Amino acid sequence: MNAQAHRLARTPSGIVGFDEITGGGLPTGRCSLVCGAAGAGKTLFGLTFLAEGALRFGEPGVFISFEETEAELAANVASLGYDLEQLRAANQLAVDYVRVERAEIAETGDYDLDGLFLRIGHAIRTAGARRVVLDTPESLFSSFSNAAILRAELRRLFGWLKAQGVTSVITAESGGGELTRHGLEEYVSDCVILLDQRVLDQVATRRLRVVKYRGASHGGDEYPFLIDETGVSVLALASPQLAHDVSTERVRTGAPALDDMLGGEGFWRGSSILLSGEAGTGKTTFAAQFAAAACARGEKAVYFAFEESPQQVARNMRAVGIDLQRWIDAGLLHFVASRPSSSGLETHLARMCREVERFAPDVAVVDPLFKLGGDVGGMLLRLIDYFKGRGVTALLTFAESTAETPDHAGVSSLMDAWLQARMTEAGGERQRGLLIRKARGIAHSHQIRRFELTAQGVRLLPAAPAPRLAAPSAASPARSVVNSVAVPGVAVQGSAVQGSAVQGSAVQVSAVSGSAVPNSAVPSSAVSGAAKDAGREPAADAAEVERRHAAEARKRMIEIRRRELGARIATLQSKLAQSEREADMLFARQQGAEEAAAQFRREAAEAGRHRGRT
Amino acid sequence: MTGADAERWLLRLYIAGGSPRSQAALANLKGVCDEYLPGRYELEVIDLVAHPERARADQIVAVPTLVRRLPPPITKIIGDLSMKERVIVALDIEMTD
Repeated sequence: MNAQAHRLARTPSGIVGFDEITGGGLPTGRCSLVCGAAGAGKTLFGLTFLAEGALRFGEPGVFISFEETEAELAANVASLGYDLEQLRAANQLAVDYVRVERAEIAETGDYDLDGLFLRIGHAIRTAGARRVVLDTPESLFSSFSNAAILRAELRRLFGWLKAQGVTSVITAESGGGELTRHGLEEYVSDCVILLDQRVLDQVATRRLRVVKYRGASHGGDEYPFLIDETGVSVLALASPQLAHDVSTERVRTGAPALDDMLGGEGFWRGSSILLSGEAGTGKTTFAAQFAAAACARGEKAVYFAFEESPQQVARNMRAVGIDLQRWIDAGLLHFVASRPSSSGLETHLARMCREVERFAPDVAVVDPLFKLGGDVGGMLLRLIDYFKGRGVTALLTFAESTAETPDHAGVSSLMDAWLQARMTEAGGERQRGLLIRKARGIAHSHQIRRFELTAQGVRLLPAAPAPRLAAPSAASPARSVVNSVAVPGVAVQGSAVQGSAVQGSAVQVSAVSGSAVPNSAVPSSAVSGAAKDAGREPAADAAEVERRHAAEARKRMIEIRRRELGARIATLQSKLAQSEREADMLFARQQGAEEAAAQFRREAAEAGRHRGRT
Repeated sequence: MTGADAERWLLRLYIAGGSPRSQAALANLKGVCDEYLPGRYELEVIDLVAHPERARADQIVAVPTLVRRLPPPITKIIGDLSMKERVIVALDIEMTD
């Protein structure tokens, strides 16, 4: 008899993620115990199990509530998007509210809970139920005085449910360090699930753990657990093995010139792309264009917006010629907007995974990636893993605090590609530049390309400045791009020479290609060099620009240092104030104690005098 | 007691088929009623095995359950009614004679 022989059949719970972590759901025809403190989500777990069973798996259910009335239950599931009344009307769900008031009961001898058994049996037969939920039968312990009878009867009930061939969920309240208050876990041997809610960084975080599952090798890990208006779900994160199917397809970015920088075909499908940049560099525009391009190919895209509302993104993108509304209306683009602070990182990730699960997009945009408490790197790794496991090409934007040191939220190593959008100042104006910092498996350009946000979306300017912006030459950008792509890496220098020969602007182009050699001069100088107009004396200019930039960089560093020191001073001051308050408190307490002692001594002396007199 | 004669006991006993406990409860109840409430009570016996849907209305969980519907207030007595004194107290029968 090995574990394999014991493997129980599974009944899908319909709870997103849960069936994945349990290898298919709850054990069919058995009782599962779902325990957790008040408010952990036990009732909603049970209701979702039943509602999904009825709606998706054609399995009617019975809900026996020992705590909440039918009206309260209806309100609870309505908040998850289920219509209890409709399910009941369709005879897909029977609800029975069992309430026993101890005050109106006298016990006069031996009894059993056959009444309850018969009620449940009747409900099962009436609905033709395959699933049963008993929501906190433990509360009967407060209704009957004979705990021994109750215990025996509950044990009999669980066995009886098994005999009925229904898959059941029994909820129980955990407390006092125990899984359940009355030790019900002793009676349920097949599957025990613990729901937990705790507060981390002032944000409530829910977790789910499979404590026990007969015949299954469950990890025993905790998984983020989520309850919101779209239901209950578990963030089932894929195993950390790197074993995804790898696509040999490419995905275009929506900006043809950028595709060209990426070997002419864009990114690998299923890759994860980080787009970092300062505020206002056009990250959202890139992201929106990326999503819109996917939709234009007939693919589905999901857009996770953490800074702006969908309406705002759509309006702003319309202004640069990207019509997102059209794709939303067509059902190809799905917007999910929420505030970073609305919940913990894990909850956000759980929600994102669930949306991906439900919408099954080809492309996902996360705009922007944000830092919240918790194990950011680990969680992001799991998210990216999740995207990859589903072949979703993901573009994640990240707002850098300063352009001086490229910042990537510590995740660049997880990413297949990293684009950086940056602002540079040259000739009295700020210009946008785009750089591919890395792109695994793609012979990509190392140039910093100027780009503009035009009425037609993101437009990358030719690698070398075109003579006239109004009518850019079609030939020259294509030429220089082809060169840089065809002969990447070390050979860039050569391409620049060739490009310069074609375009007659040798100095700027060589400046650009110079910067493309990894780890060479400060990149910003190269950008400004590239952005320069032809015809000026470039060498002196470049030096001047570099000096100015260096000075600005120093100024910024000083400013950052100043702010850091300010913050530290503030922290120290608040600590000092705290210590002073504590000292005051201790002093006051000491004074109080002394007064009390004095009082006591006076009273004792008084009493002594009394005794002396009598 | 002046009003006592007019008072009627309306009783409903929930049992589960012919189980010994149910039969004992029925016999015990009849004994008490015939002794203390002769001609003043009405007893309805509901077999939940035959009519499980009836359990809901009176919130029956334990079996046997005796419900005193009249006189008010409604009272529930669970068990096989073998503890006679408790049954008498719970039914609020006044033993004047």
